[in-house]
Amino acid sequence: MKALRISKLEKTYANGLHALKGINLEVAQGDFFALLGPNGAGKSTTIGIITTLVKKTGGKVFVYDYDLDKDVVEAKSMIGIVPQEINFSQFETCMEIVLNQAGYYGIRRRKAYERAEKYLTQLGLWKKRNDTSRTLSGGLKRRLMIARALIHEPRLLILDEPTAGVDVELRRSMWQFLREINRQGTTILLTTHYLEEAECLCRNIAIIDHGQIIEHSSMKSLLGKLHIERFVLDLDSPLKTLPVIDGFNLYKVEEDDAIIEVEISRGQNLNDLFSMLSDRGINVISMRNKSNRLEELFVRLLDKDTREKV
Amino acid sequence: MSRSRLYLTAFSTIVIKEVDRFTRIWVQTILPPAISMALYFLIFGNLIGTRIGEMQGFSYVKYIAPGLIMMSIINNSYANVVSSFFGAKFQKHIEEMLVAPIPNFIILLGYIVGGVARGMLVGLVVTLVALFFTKLHIHSYTIVIAVVILTSILFSLGGFINAVFARKFDDISIIPTFILTPLIYLGGVFYSINLLPEFWQVASKLNPILYMVNTFRYGVLGVSDINIGYAFFIISVFIMILFVFSLYLLHTGKGIRS
Ligand SMILES: Nc1ncnc2c1ncn2[C@@H]1O[C@H](COP(=O)(O)OP(=O)(O)O)[C@@H](O)[C@H]1O
Ligand SMILES: [Mg+2]
Repeated sequence: MKALRISKLEKTYANGLHALKGINLEVAQGDFFALLGPNGAGKSTTIGIITTLVKKTGGKVFVYDYDLDKDVVEAKSMIGIVPQEINFSQFETCMEIVLNQAGYYGIRRRKAYERAEKYLTQLGLWKKRNDTSRTLSGGLKRRLMIARALIHEPRLLILDEPTAGVDVELRRSMWQFLREINRQGTTILLTTHYLEEAECLCRNIAIIDHGQIIEHSSMKSLLGKLHIERFVLDLDSPLKTLPVIDGFNLYKVEEDDAIIEVEISRGQNLNDLFSMLSDRGINVISMRNKSNRLEELFVRLLDKDTREKV
Repeated sequence: MSRSRLYLTAFSTIVIKEVDRFTRIWVQTILPPAISMALYFLIFGNLIGTRIGEMQGFSYVKYIAPGLIMMSIINNSYANVVSSFFGAKFQKHIEEMLVAPIPNFIILLGYIVGGVARGMLVGLVVTLVALFFTKLHIHSYTIVIAVVILTSILFSLGGFINAVFARKFDDISIIPTFILTPLIYLGGVFYSINLLPEFWQVASKLNPILYMVNTFRYGVLGVSDINIGYAFFIISVFIMILFVFSLYLLHTGKGIRS
């Protein structure tokens, strides 16, 4: 049994925007899973459908084998959700917010109170339990949303970009907290647009772009593909033809003959490259990394995708 | 966990939250109707009322008291649900309920009972205010309680539907201002429709609020312009229609699920 199974999920919004184009996704029990993609890729739409805030236009969702269409009460009971946007009442206190949420999941007051104490303490909110939510800092609001999502002790915790706009220190402590929760057995599905975050936390990953899953694999095998990096070299004079250098793939840049690009895999020696270039009378003035790794990854995956289609 | 326990806990959570909300802001919810009621009684009851004389055998202040109480109940049950549900939509915390395993009818019932609670509390407060100005002997407690509950259910549903369709804060005052208030004022709060020309008597009978005001007045004073059994029938039919419509709106996710 999978914690989450999504098949051929489709969403076309009322304005005609085709946000999800038949995606498939599986998250194993106990997994720490990243759904990675740039803004507008369809991450929140996917999460919205799983939590029933967005109505799907096609496909199926199973949460611990409960069909979201048929066994919606059971399916929802399994899930805890930390949404992308703050969504609690500005006028309620931290305590009221988590206690009410417990009530919505059928947890009686006494038990809810015990759990509220546990999770508010773990998330550093116990002293602020009687403060109204609007007086909390941005970081504490995020933590309150995590406490709220955990109050019914869900088996699948879903976090939609939990660290977007959060400072480094809080991000680190949140990562640590999530690792611990996962270690204790909660399956975690997290969306992010930071590759580093996914790399740091997750065992498995799916990459979504323009409403399509373009990669669904283990973090390890994905990172394997990232061992190649592309650098841009500025030369002191234009080149007529691209030199051939053993062991290195060089590329011309169309607009500018005085720039070439090179793919370097991990372990390759840059000194070799530079000396072989200068042997041929080519002098490098400066060098820079072509792009961030996420973009690089997309380019590569999309290239592969289009190649496969052609 | 059994379904019934889950639903019951969720339901009572919503009700407690709703009651907490309007009692916490009692200066905006409970006090204003008490003040305006005192003014109505002072001006229409005591100052002008003494010149009007009797209506259907009662002093004018006594005659309008039930209608004014009913007016507060209607306004407040409506206002409670429309502002609470719209606020939840606007601040997005309605999502807390939507992601939880709560069926739609429980959400709806929770908001209705919240509205009924405010309607009844305000009704009680303004009745106490009324007792400063006139004595009220209750003709039939059963009828009084039944019509108060049914009326506040009906207008809680009305407020709910208004909130579902509202997109901005202005939208939650349009119906109260342009429909509810005129219907209340023309619903026999201040006069017996027997005083009206034939045509307006018939027209008044198309106004559902007339039935509630008169049933309540009958419960208190024992006089009515209309048949009480028929009035209960009309109110129940309206409740059924609005309840089904509200459930339908929740089911389609109108205004709350994209
Ligand atoms: N309610 C909506 N109506 C219309 N389009 C929407 C709505 N919500 C999101 N979209 C669009 O759907 C696409 C996917 O959005 P989203 O799922 O929020 O992306 P992500 O979370 O990956 O940034 C975007 O193009 C976005 O503009
Ligand atoms: Mg998003």
